[in-house]
Amino acid sequence: MSGINWILAGFAFVIVAVPLLDILYTVLAKGFSALSFKLFTEVTNGISGGLLNAITGTLVLVAGALLIAVPVGVLAGIHLSEFGRGRFGRLVRFLDDVLTGVPSIVLGYFSYVTLVIGMGWQFSMLAGSITLAIMVVPYIARFTEIAFSQVPNNLREAGYALGLREFTVITRIALPLALPGILTGALLAMAISLGETAPLIYTAGWSNFLWSGRLIHEPIGYLTYVIWSFINQPYRSAHALAFAAAFLVILLVLLTNVAATSLLRRTHPIRPGR
Amino acid sequence: MTLRPFRMVLLLATSLIPLALVAIFVFLAHYSWPAIRFNGLGFLGGHTWSLGNLYANPVERHGQQVPIGANYGILVFIVGTLSTSAIALAIAIPVSLGVAIFLAEGLNARLRPVLSFIVELLAAVPSVVYGLWGYSVLTPLIARDIGPALRGSLGRIIPFFGGSIGSGYGLLAASLVLALMVVPIIAATVRDGLARVPAETKEAAYALGATHFEVVRRAMLPMVRSNIIGACILGLGRALGETMAVLMVSGGALNYFPNNIYSPVTTMASFIVSQLDSALQDPTGMAVRSLAEIALILFIIAVITNMLARFLTGSSRHVSSL
Repeated sequence: MSGINWILAGFAFVIVAVPLLDILYTVLAKGFSALSFKLFTEVTNGISGGLLNAITGTLVLVAGALLIAVPVGVLAGIHLSEFGRGRFGRLVRFLDDVLTGVPSIVLGYFSYVTLVIGMGWQFSMLAGSITLAIMVVPYIARFTEIAFSQVPNNLREAGYALGLREFTVITRIALPLALPGILTGALLAMAISLGETAPLIYTAGWSNFLWSGRLIHEPIGYLTYVIWSFINQPYRSAHALAFAAAFLVILLVLLTNVAATSLLRRTHPIRPGR
Repeated sequence: MTLRPFRMVLLLATSLIPLALVAIFVFLAHYSWPAIRFNGLGFLGGHTWSLGNLYANPVERHGQQVPIGANYGILVFIVGTLSTSAIALAIAIPVSLGVAIFLAEGLNARLRPVLSFIVELLAAVPSVVYGLWGYSVLTPLIARDIGPALRGSLGRIIPFFGGSIGSGYGLLAASLVLALMVVPIIAATVRDGLARVPAETKEAAYALGATHFEVVRRAMLPMVRSNIIGACILGLGRALGETMAVLMVSGGALNYFPNNIYSPVTTMASFIVSQLDSALQDPTGMAVRSLAEIALILFIIAVITNMLARFLTGSSRHVSSL
């Protein structure tokens, strides 16, 4: 009797694992056969050409998002860990959770209303990066908080006993020990930003050209747009580009995730008294 | 009281998180306010979405300038959102429980991290890649194999599974993709809950003569009941707001309700993306504001589901299950 139940549980795992492996196989196989040197040297031309504009655009958007989100998230995480025991800390921790649950399209529309239309930035790199940043700040804050709370208190006390100020104790003693955890959070935030589509359609727009460096008033291309938009075109060249873009996105996302997980596994919380 | 600039900076950064949530609500509500006044409650109950005549001069109705014949009703998209999410959860909940039990109890300790990693990988796949897979693999499979098989079996008993299968894009494809995306969320939370059940509880159940599976079902699962409910609500929140994957496999229905499980559907989230270009053609801007009203409703739904989920699972969150 019990045996059947275990087989059912194992079967549940199999029907989840098979589609995942098929997703990876489909994207990697079809994407790999669509790879060519041209992808990295030419910009998109209608529904053919290369992906240089999209590749650089994705990297620019993600870098911009992390430039905004990492400082904000890390500072917020330090505050939650070191001074966040009160009611305000509990409230922020709770709202931090709620913010991770807001659908990305809602964030995209919010930025569209405020930045693209309201501020008159039009589709632009800055609008896209800010939207991604709002999405990932909660993750970075939470990882930073966990990393700081794992630093043993006697190390902080030793610092204070030497007469160090609060700022020095946090930045010179706690921060170096918490750094791997913070880095893990930043890498996961990067993986999330790399794969996002919906919030960018409304904020970054799309461009066939290389980004010229303007923060506003200029749309910018990105890889996930190619996947969504080109697969709907009835042309072989468009499908090839979509799969090539998916190949690059999934490769970047998986590599970032593996880096984040291995970093997490390798860092053990420091035992007090070592 | 000394001024502490370092603490001020930390507090400022922390305040940005609640501030972002407040700003999202305020700005979406402010921007969609003319649409809220124009649409009234008919917005939720109407099943016709029509931009009206965009080339004629706009007319004034309910104190707002709108194109002639404009009508914004989202009941079709509400039904689309609820039906895809409900079917997805009906599939995902039993599967997730099986996966969680298998990962937490059914394996020896050495295999556990490897197979857990596969489930975590499922959570890392971007939604647009799910959409691509659904578009190029799943929908042809539904049109060719899954659809006819369902119609031939369940379709004989339940009319909702019978009728025309169409091209494969629709309710079933969207629900299956959503189910796949929700499983890692529920499975990881329940697995972590099961892993924290004290050894004493298990030993007590074994001592009463229970088999391994009876221990899981009678002793462990009841202990993590609130985790399970919270995880399901969390998964529901994810399914209700999912955009790209649904957009790419749902077929897109405008102004009609699904009549079987193969019918094309549109969800609120995917409708926002698919309609932007058309809505921008409206010179009065009422269509874009009505889309903002949909976004506002999605935001409120997301806040409510997440609050419920967090109250039920408690404040404990796990780094590994992100």
